[in-house]
Amino acid sequence: MSPGASSRGAGTGAGAGTRTAYRLPTLSSEANKNVLSLLRLIIIFLIAGAAVSSRLFAVVRHESIIHEFDPWFNFRATKVLTTDGFYRFWNWFDATAWYPLGRAAGGTAYPGLMVTSGAIYNLFHSLNIPVDIRNICVLLAPAFSGLTAWATYMFTAAMKDDAAGLLAAAFIGIAPGYISRSVAGSYDNEAIAIFLLMMTFYLWIKALKDGSALWGVATALFYFYMVAAWGGYVFITNMIPLHALVLILMGRFSSRLYVSYSSFYALGTLASMQVPFVGFQPVRTSEHMAALGVFGLLQLVAFVELIRSHVPSKQFKLLLVAFVVLVATLAFGALVALTYAGYIAPWTGRFYSLWDTAYAKKHIPIIASVSEHQPPAWPAFFFDLEMLIFLFPVGVFLLFKELRDEHVFVIIYAVMASYFAGVMVRLMLTLTPVVCVSAAIAMSTLLQTYLDPKEPTPLVEGDDDPEDESVLKPTRSAAASRKGADTATASREGTVGSSDSELFRPVSPVFRASSFTSSKFGVFGLDSRFFVTIYSLLLLLVFVLHCTFVTSTAYSSPSVVLASRNADGSQHIIDDFREAYYWLRQNTASDAKVMSWWDYGYQISGMADRPTLVDNNTWNNTHIATVGKAMCSPEDKSYPILQKHDVDYVLIIFGGLLGFSGDDINKYLWMIRIAQGVWPDEVREADYFTPRGEYKIDDGASKTMRDSLLYKMSYYRFNDLFGGRPGMDRVRQTPGPSKSPELEYLDEAFTSENWIVRIYEVKKPDALGRDLPGVKGFESGKRRKRAFALPAAATTKNK
Amino acid sequence: MPPKGAKASSSAATKSRTSASPSSSSSTQSPLSTLYNSYVDNTPKRLKVIDAFLVFLMLSGMIQFLYCALITNFPFNSFIAGFASTVGQFVLAASLRIQANPENGQTFPKVSPERAFGDFLFGSVILHFFVFNFLG
Repeated sequence: MSPGASSRGAGTGAGAGTRTAYRLPTLSSEANKNVLSLLRLIIIFLIAGAAVSSRLFAVVRHESIIHEFDPWFNFRATKVLTTDGFYRFWNWFDATAWYPLGRAAGGTAYPGLMVTSGAIYNLFHSLNIPVDIRNICVLLAPAFSGLTAWATYMFTAAMKDDAAGLLAAAFIGIAPGYISRSVAGSYDNEAIAIFLLMMTFYLWIKALKDGSALWGVATALFYFYMVAAWGGYVFITNMIPLHALVLILMGRFSSRLYVSYSSFYALGTLASMQVPFVGFQPVRTSEHMAALGVFGLLQLVAFVELIRSHVPSKQFKLLLVAFVVLVATLAFGALVALTYAGYIAPWTGRFYSLWDTAYAKKHIPIIASVSEHQPPAWPAFFFDLEMLIFLFPVGVFLLFKELRDEHVFVIIYAVMASYFAGVMVRLMLTLTPVVCVSAAIAMSTLLQTYLDPKEPTPLVEGDDDPEDESVLKPTRSAAASRKGADTATASREGTVGSSDSELFRPVSPVFRASSFTSSKFGVFGLDSRFFVTIYSLLLLLVFVLHCTFVTSTAYSSPSVVLASRNADGSQHIIDDFREAYYWLRQNTASDAKVMSWWDYGYQISGMADRPTLVDNNTWNNTHIATVGKAMCSPEDKSYPILQKHDVDYVLIIFGGLLGFSGDDINKYLWMIRIAQGVWPDEVREADYFTPRGEYKIDDGASKTMRDSLLYKMSYYRFNDLFGGRPGMDRVRQTPGPSKSPELEYLDEAFTSENWIVRIYEVKKPDALGRDLPGVKGFESGKRRKRAFALPAAATTKNK
Repeated sequence: MPPKGAKASSSAATKSRTSASPSSSSSTQSPLSTLYNSYVDNTPKRLKVIDAFLVFLMLSGMIQFLYCALITNFPFNSFIAGFASTVGQFVLAASLRIQANPENGQTFPKVSPERAFGDFLFGSVILHFFVFNFLG
């Protein structure tokens, strides 16, 4: 059906009896081919341009900075790579993260992203284009989205034809489901991972189609790049074996499958083990065992096929099939036994929670605490994919109808990715490519059906023969009868052209010549063609508008600065985060340790350049629980924790004044839960609720809550802003405590303009050995001094 | 598998095979000797060369695996590298054998035997690059 493919049949020429609904341009086959490739090139470039430019909202509106939390680590690592060189980066031990422990960052990160941007940096600098590394990092994701569009084009073109490929490229270029993770400034692993995903899949399909070891090796190389880039490579590790397995089960085993899969697996697995963070996982963990199992099964099947070609007897064949089944079962049993015996690690919690969706909430609160790990609601699908989501099943259905080997892949991909996206919002990202592909297949099938100029032969009784010569006469009579009935002048043109030999147009034999065998089925006239085409174009147009709107409003806001609108429409920027981080950077000792909740770890080390206790790489749950415990304990209990960890500053986020809902009080319950998981008898979640089970922060709050460190830090001096009356907390929509809490072990060091970031300095122990509440009471010099001093003295005596 | 199986289930299907119809084979012979005779008679010489290489690789891999299982797996990366080199080379050579087999000509319309050899060389070079990198 593709224009490019059909032009090959140009020489054969269309039958003289075929009629077209509208006139086609007359072009020689050579010119036709050139025009088509030129058009393809232009379209691809325009799509890349649209993909890049629709991701620049945030940069144009605000500035060229790194947005979220995770990208700050990637950015810092990239800076290490570009300033210190590759080997230093590879062995980089980050002593400033996870303060007492440190982090071997070179071996615990996926280096693909940093190496990519480092390579681009070096390329530009070798060409004397001195671009700042920050700008490369900011603009890497838009650049790669152009490449993703191209890879999707290639992939879809392998599924159907170039037309569907171009549509798919256009879809993925602007689909919000992918834009959300790849706007300019979002320097995250997903920025390059989706390109690598599509490229790997495309190469796999190509390898399978040709049965070529070369493309199998190329698949393995891109798989290696993908492994180096993103932890989601496990998806590929299980998709390709699943495809191979389904093909075997469908009885579609061929030598091509053997060649492509074996060369991919043997090289890809070895290559993936070169990434330090992956290490021996491909031979030791359950996530990778499907690939190994299918590899073994393929060897068996191929061996049996070889034997079968030499041995004719049918009993022997039965024996061989039994042999395959037996060995496969034994291997599976061995796998299960090894897993139970502990030689093969079972599923990690992060993957296991995809199957048992209640697992994370029960056992690993830190996984459940991330908002991206929640299941999405239906509107999220329509919001992110608009009309693609209802074209998606149509495309899958069309693929089912013409079930080629590579179509099986898209169908499996569609099923798996739909499930995973239904379990976890974050995995909408892996769903988007397959939705674009199959929606493009559906849309291009629709358009090709209705743009196809071929007129069907009207059905005449007793003439079922669809051949051209025999059809000519009935056509004439039918055309004559239709001429009167049909009011559409345009469609009359078509019939006239074929009925009158003098007016017969030399219809171009080039376009769709191969499809010019007339049939009884098809679309008559121009009117239905016109309406369906216009409707489809409207859908596409609305899709573009929706995508632009969603990108502009929902996905293009940097989380570092908060933007709001004033009444007159002008923009008001709230820049408290950077204000506070730069205060830390410039007013504290360069080795001052900052304790905060793990969400802000990367940003603190990236922007404030200070050592942190925990960060977004949540590799040590106990350490995070320690921070959680320090946050939710009373001051006198958390002070020893702070001291033992050499904490100098405690940083919290407080949105109560401004209505910034992502603050630490709203995350507080997760801190409590994570701490409770490690110290169940010291921290109890129920203590932080009122007796009626409410989570309150006003005077009705429980005593544990009011004594806790985070609560005190959040509302310290809050009432001063309201002239001593209880302040209104605009996030919780309740008044704050009527009496501001007092801090005895901490000093307020900095509070940002809108009170979003508050930094407290941990007091040094008293030089005279008194405990700090006593010192404070003494220094305040009030009459109450004795009342404070006595219990303090009592506690010191107890010690 | 099913189409072939269906064909073979007919009673006198033995003769219909073009690739494997050793006329000398009688039903009294054991299947293994039938297999052996058929292999010796019907396999081109260069495929036999590849098969010899495959057997060598298999033996080499087995010895490494036995050493690892019986004695020690201490430099585990070295074991993986060595074992993966035999497995990878085996698989690449087996691919070459399949692609170069004239009987599979219609299965691989785009891969001529020369191209298959080129693919084999390319894959082997890449494989050994990774093996050397991983030996440690």
